Amino acid sequence: MSLELKNVEKKVGIETHIYPTTIKLEKNTINVLLGSTLAGKTTLMQIMAGLDKPTNGEIWFNGENVTGKQVQKRNVSMVYQQFINYPSFTVFENIASPLKITGVNSDEIKERVGKVAELLKLSAMLNKKPDELSGGQQQRTALARALVKDSDLILLDEPLANLDFKLREELREELPKLFEDRECIVVYATTEPSDALMIGGNTATILEGKIIQYGKTLDVYNKPENLTSAKVFSDPPMNIAEISKSGDICKLTDNNVQWKSNVKIKDGNYKIGIRPHNITTYKEGNNTVEINGKVLISELSGSESLIHFTNGNLNWVSLSNGIQQKNIGENTKLFMNVDEFLYFDENNILVNHG
Amino acid sequence: MNKTINQKAWFFVVPVFVLVAFNAAIPLMTVVNYSFQETFGNNVFAWEGTRWFKQILLSERFHDALGRQIAFTFIILLIQIPLGIGIALTMPKKGWGVPVCLILMSMPLLIPWNVVGAMWNIFALPDIGFLGYSLNAIGFDFNFTQQPGDAWFTTILMDVWHWTSLVVLLSYAGLNSIQPAYYQAAEIDGASRWSTFRYIELPKMKKVLTLAILLRFMDSFMIYTEPFVLTGGGPGNATAFLSIDLVKMALGQFDLGPAAAMSLIYFFIVLLVCWVFYSLMMKNEVKS
Repeated sequence: MSLELKNVEKKVGIETHIYPTTIKLEKNTINVLLGSTLAGKTTLMQIMAGLDKPTNGEIWFNGENVTGKQVQKRNVSMVYQQFINYPSFTVFENIASPLKITGVNSDEIKERVGKVAELLKLSAMLNKKPDELSGGQQQRTALARALVKDSDLILLDEPLANLDFKLREELREELPKLFEDRECIVVYATTEPSDALMIGGNTATILEGKIIQYGKTLDVYNKPENLTSAKVFSDPPMNIAEISKSGDICKLTDNNVQWKSNVKIKDGNYKIGIRPHNITTYKEGNNTVEINGKVLISELSGSESLIHFTNGNLNWVSLSNGIQQKNIGENTKLFMNVDEFLYFDENNILVNHG
Repeated sequence: MNKTINQKAWFFVVPVFVLVAFNAAIPLMTVVNYSFQETFGNNVFAWEGTRWFKQILLSERFHDALGRQIAFTFIILLIQIPLGIGIALTMPKKGWGVPVCLILMSMPLLIPWNVVGAMWNIFALPDIGFLGYSLNAIGFDFNFTQQPGDAWFTTILMDVWHWTSLVVLLSYAGLNSIQPAYYQAAEIDGASRWSTFRYIELPKMKKVLTLAILLRFMDSFMIYTEPFVLTGGGPGNATAFLSIDLVKMALGQFDLGPAAAMSLIYFFIVLLVCWVFYSLMMKNEVKS
């Protein structure tokens, strides 16, 4: 089982929504489409599902060309950001609806709905209407509808985006487990890098209608092919600066910060990308270099502290564990973990890793 | 506990009392006044108790007018609501067709009642009106000034023409607020067009539709100007709906007492139906 897009392109009027894209998704994988809003994730999914036709290119499923094949003739299910359920049906009827249409007998429907409902902790709510449920339960119902069918392709379009923090965390942890024993291809669209890391599997970074990089999630995260992919897969945004390297000394162009580096690249000018969690108020890692910063904003996010600071022309973000109190305008020392720096050449291609 | 006494509060409350008094209570009380008394002119009144109410409630004339009114309202609701939903479903959702359709649809709503009546009167005249003449030309014996059935037909057609747009616009707004994802979900399930309508569009339109029914009920139950101009309640009393009959009684025969009693009964019927409808609506709301 595999899903292949071959040179798929989507144009609407004169606008290009998806640039020619080729990607192959394998059986029993979870694939994360990671990109900001309007990057083309939803369009791509709709093309995969057959809800939308590509302007050019072909979609192959299991070695069969399914371009233009109607969605109801393919075995696909989809879950949306909004909680989409039939408003006048009970939870049971909602979950059963895809089975009823395909003519499964009522005993089997009961059994299958019961199983899925248990998996998604909906057993106690089967007789309720969607309006009577919480947001999380409504989305669970929608998920159950998608799972009950035993689809070959399950598309999840930002399914957690409309949930509040706690429910999102809870469901996000359950999601990968739900698909573990299933013979299907799962595609999961999200704007949040942390979702991709949590879910694992494969990740495709997407920007402005182009797939930048596709591969194992951790590979894409640790070894982004280029600066764009690194930027897409970084939240808070990646810190970028120009450096020059001569011998084993690297130096920021903007100021005097310099460090010893054993990266095996030629001397010359490069860009470095530093993820916020590699700049901390305390030393972390074996090789650190100090940088002075003037605090712009200091904010707490859970048990982490985000400190935005400037140094000359640099306007960076750091992410430290624990509660780090800093006052606005305060001069502070921060430590950068040299081993985690990403080096990019003049074409923004990753040249080496730390 | 010590209560602070602050007479200043009156200052804030009194204007509301005055306003409500002048725009509702005082005019209504005048009618109430008339409904319990007999008037002889020169401000001479005699107490009659509930006589007028009994007289109206027992009179065949009132029963007939009420029957006609209910039949009329029922028929136009039966036509306008499905027709309005149907038209809204076929209207385009984007592109240049949207403003064109919306403007075309709002047109009838912008025409004054009187003009609508006059328009349809001329339009349906059997000798010179386009509709009346055409119907006769193709072999129907159509004359709304003589035949009760034709008068009803014309009145209903006029109301459908005038007010279906309101249902269309409300339904259209309701349909437009349904997220595209619902349709996609139905498509993925392989649901038929009818199922999509029955299980997605209709439940999602429930709120605007109840509003449309309520508005169309009140409006049609109180209809006056259009049938007055079109048929004047005739031929005979065939299209004399409640309000037309009421005006005949009050200003034609100058039976102020019974007319006042009838006004109050009429008012209570409208109030009662709206209240029942509204509470049913709210009850469903709480349940779901």
